[in-house]
Amino acid sequence: MAGPMKMRATLAGGYTDVRVLMTHPMETGQRKDAEGKALPLHFIQNLTVKVNGKTVMEGQISQAVSRNPVFFFRLRGGAKGDKIEVSWLDNRGETNKTETAIA
Amino acid sequence: MRGAALLAVSLLAFPAAAQDAKKEIQRYQQMIGEGSPVELFELEGEALWKKPQGPKQVSLEKCDVGAGAGVLKGAYARLPRYFKDTDRVMDLETRLLHCMQTLQGRSAEEATKRVFGNEDRPSEMEYLSAYIAGQARGAAMSPGVDHPKEKQALELGRKLFFHRAGSWDFSCASCHGEEGKRIRMQDLPALANPRDARPVVATWPAYRVSNSQFKTMQWRINDCYRQMRMPEPIFASEATVALNLFLAATGKGEPYRGPGTKR
Repeated sequence: MAGPMKMRATLAGGYTDVRVLMTHPMETGQRKDAEGKALPLHFIQNLTVKVNGKTVMEGQISQAVSRNPVFFFRLRGGAKGDKIEVSWLDNRGETNKTETAIA
Repeated sequence: MRGAALLAVSLLAFPAAAQDAKKEIQRYQQMIGEGSPVELFELEGEALWKKPQGPKQVSLEKCDVGAGAGVLKGAYARLPRYFKDTDRVMDLETRLLHCMQTLQGRSAEEATKRVFGNEDRPSEMEYLSAYIAGQARGAAMSPGVDHPKEKQALELGRKLFFHRAGSWDFSCASCHGEEGKRIRMQDLPALANPRDARPVVATWPAYRVSNSQFKTMQWRINDCYRQMRMPEPIFASEATVALNLFLAATGKGEPYRGPGTKR
């Protein structure tokens, strides 16, 4: 089961600043376990950002991103109370999402 | 000729470069603080705090960590302190261990089997410490220093801090006794000095960016003993709590702003 996510979205004069934290091992495929076997690649592949249900941003990231990643981004516009949803999909097909209202 | 001039310039620039490096490290620490996954550990800890566990299948929600049963607001800032029910001074993890045994009916052996986690699987103590410490943000650090048992523990902690032993004849003060010292780029706080101790006690427990792990004060003390090549101290023992109280009492008064994020 995917661990928690946490998001903050604040209006800053015509822009919305978003910060989102996600729990994920972001395994690179390069590490080995105690027996010397490679730990299988496990990383977030796709990120989707929606505002009031409408997709405004889609991104692809790779295993080069750290464990428990944090993302900051700025969206043009937005109003207090608008719903922002951030979801991810990893290479094993697991997903998680979080939703918050712009404050 | 030109080479010599350049060399002279770079020699002159050296103290300034050290200053810049320090400023850059501060900037880096601020950046990692803003994007710290500490909040994720707090969320996991909250879930664990409320999860029924052990033979009695009850949660820890009724646990008294220093501000009354189930009261978490500001409780961490009051630790370590004397607890009447156990007649001893306890720090956060010692108290949690006590609650796991009394409320949840777990054995000390089972509850301490894995107190220090790793990056792949943090421990229960680490998650819980993150959550409980986070509930004390803004509260001034005010550990117990008035009860006779607290005074006794404080004195023991002070002695342990300066006590040299082990194959290298080290004490805590060997590294943390003088101001302005560092190991490579890591500043070593002089922990018997309130000015240096205050920011330290106000930011532990903490997430370490370099190894993606959340670490508690019991771990910090345990690892310092390992680095001093001393026998491993017993988790939640009188000695580790005393040392923790000595540090907390030296740094008292500082508003808590953790759980921190370290390099």
